[in-house]
Amino acid sequence: MTIGLGHYLTVAAILFVFGIFGIFLNRKNVIIILMSVELMLLAVNINLVAFSTHLNDLVGQVFAMFVLTVAAAEAAIGLAILVVYFRSRGSIAVEDINQMKG
Amino acid sequence: MTGEMPILLPVMPELIMGIGAMLLLMLGVFQGDKSYGQMANLSILLMVVTAFVMLTQVGGERQLTFGGMFVTDAFALFAKTLVLVGSSVAILMSASYMRQAGIAKFEYPILILLATLGMMVMISANNLMSLYVGLELQSLSLYVLAALNRDRSRSTEAGLKYFVLGALSSGMLLYGISLIYGFAGTTDFDTLATTLKATNGPEIGVIIGMVFLMAGLAFKVSAVPFHMWTPDVYEGSPTPVTAFFAAAPKVAALALFVRVMMTGFSSMAAEWQQVVVFISIASMLVGSFVALVQTNIKRLMAYSSIGHIGYALVGLAAATPAGVEALLIYIAIYLTMTLGSFGAILTLRRSEGMVEDISDLSGLSQTNLPLAIGIAIFMFSLAGIPLLAGFWGKWYVFLAAVEAGLIPLAVIGVLTSVVGAFYYLRIIKVMFFDEPAPAFESSHGRAVSGVIAVAAIVNSPVSYFVLIGPLVAAASWAAGSLLF
Repeated sequence: MTIGLGHYLTVAAILFVFGIFGIFLNRKNVIIILMSVELMLLAVNINLVAFSTHLNDLVGQVFAMFVLTVAAAEAAIGLAILVVYFRSRGSIAVEDINQMKG
Repeated sequence: MTGEMPILLPVMPELIMGIGAMLLLMLGVFQGDKSYGQMANLSILLMVVTAFVMLTQVGGERQLTFGGMFVTDAFALFAKTLVLVGSSVAILMSASYMRQAGIAKFEYPILILLATLGMMVMISANNLMSLYVGLELQSLSLYVLAALNRDRSRSTEAGLKYFVLGALSSGMLLYGISLIYGFAGTTDFDTLATTLKATNGPEIGVIIGMVFLMAGLAFKVSAVPFHMWTPDVYEGSPTPVTAFFAAAPKVAALALFVRVMMTGFSSMAAEWQQVVVFISIASMLVGSFVALVQTNIKRLMAYSSIGHIGYALVGLAAATPAGVEALLIYIAIYLTMTLGSFGAILTLRRSEGMVEDISDLSGLSQTNLPLAIGIAIFMFSLAGIPLLAGFWGKWYVFLAAVEAGLIPLAVIGVLTSVVGAFYYLRIIKVMFFDEPAPAFESSHGRAVSGVIAVAAIVNSPVSYFVLIGPLVAAASWAAGSLLF
């Protein structure tokens, strides 16, 4: 059996769904949410690179580079906001993020 | 691989903004936080210069550069002018609030500049790649702005919520982009349009990708069902930042939405039209019904903005040049209403600090009549009472919807705006007919008063004779530049 485009897309789709579930089902820790976001972006990268080789077109790989760079910036900003939040609240549990509702 | 330089004239405004923002950042680092006032003034000056260069040098002719990734045309010119106005007015209104809250840091105007640069790239994006990069430059700056008051737990919570949900939406947007790229074989909007036109009915992969892309964009314009972040972020962020959130990013995200749908996916209008109709109706309903039970003014404005996005999307749902024109008229008027309303919210200060409850406005007509009249004009205009500016915005979008055969959508829009009128009119009733509450301090500064006065005049019936005509002409010119 050769590994074709469909296999890569399936892996990426599964990872992406894991990422979404990680954000919504996790009730414990915001760090896990950050990891889930990274998982979603990496799933997208698998998609892009797989399509890029399939189409024989470099654009997908260039796009993956952009996604990697932006994901790094996003993680940096996310962690910075998390540190500030921890300083003011003393907890990063997801269920404690409930000061505003309605 | 050629070593030629791309043509730089079309990106000149963005270059000025980018280089200017970095220079100001250097200057700010050397001068420290004392330089807030100077930084704010220089930032406004930079945006004025950018707008001047854009309007005089670049012009409204369609020009492509960077291998077709970046486009400038009349549509971009119109939307970028609105964005620059929104951003500079937001900085202008901030000074006294920021000083009194102890967060007058030089980073604030620079973050707004970088967010504005991101919005300008979004508006001019002609490729899914430049769309993504512009969107992220804007979003990342906005996350930091929401958490700007880092010693106040509400502000940091707003930043955290915005970040988590924003990252989720970026992920969905990107997943959609990857599917579109894979199944259509291109990321360029023009090529995408021709490829999709040539095929006999789009592939299912492209449709799924487009729906993911629309979900991501709906999040950025805060349309239902992706609006969950809006009330919390609006309530928690410092008020001048909320004013900025409600104005410029909405314009940019709507402009991007229109450009993607009307150029890249123009031949798939039958597919995306039903999605836009759905999110438009859902936004109008949530924006009017949930707002009825709000007591906090900033939260109320959040639901109000969700509703207004729904009305603006009626124009996109029509999928005609007249619809795009109506959408542009609507967001231009929405910008003035929302900036004026937030200017008014920035004046609500008592000795114990800022107040944000609707009940705090009670009897305002007896303690501060000019402010009460100003707020009344904004509320009437937001509600869409005839002859005020807000009415003409709604008039054009519903007209476009009816002409495009979407009569049920227009009927629902009119009905929800009747419901919405209830809570706007309740504020006016509280101000004019309730027992007076203690007066507000007048320490909000001349800039805020000026913004309220100008916005009130723009929204008053006077505008019909002076402003609506040129605005409609400009919007029609801008809408005509999109390739239908």
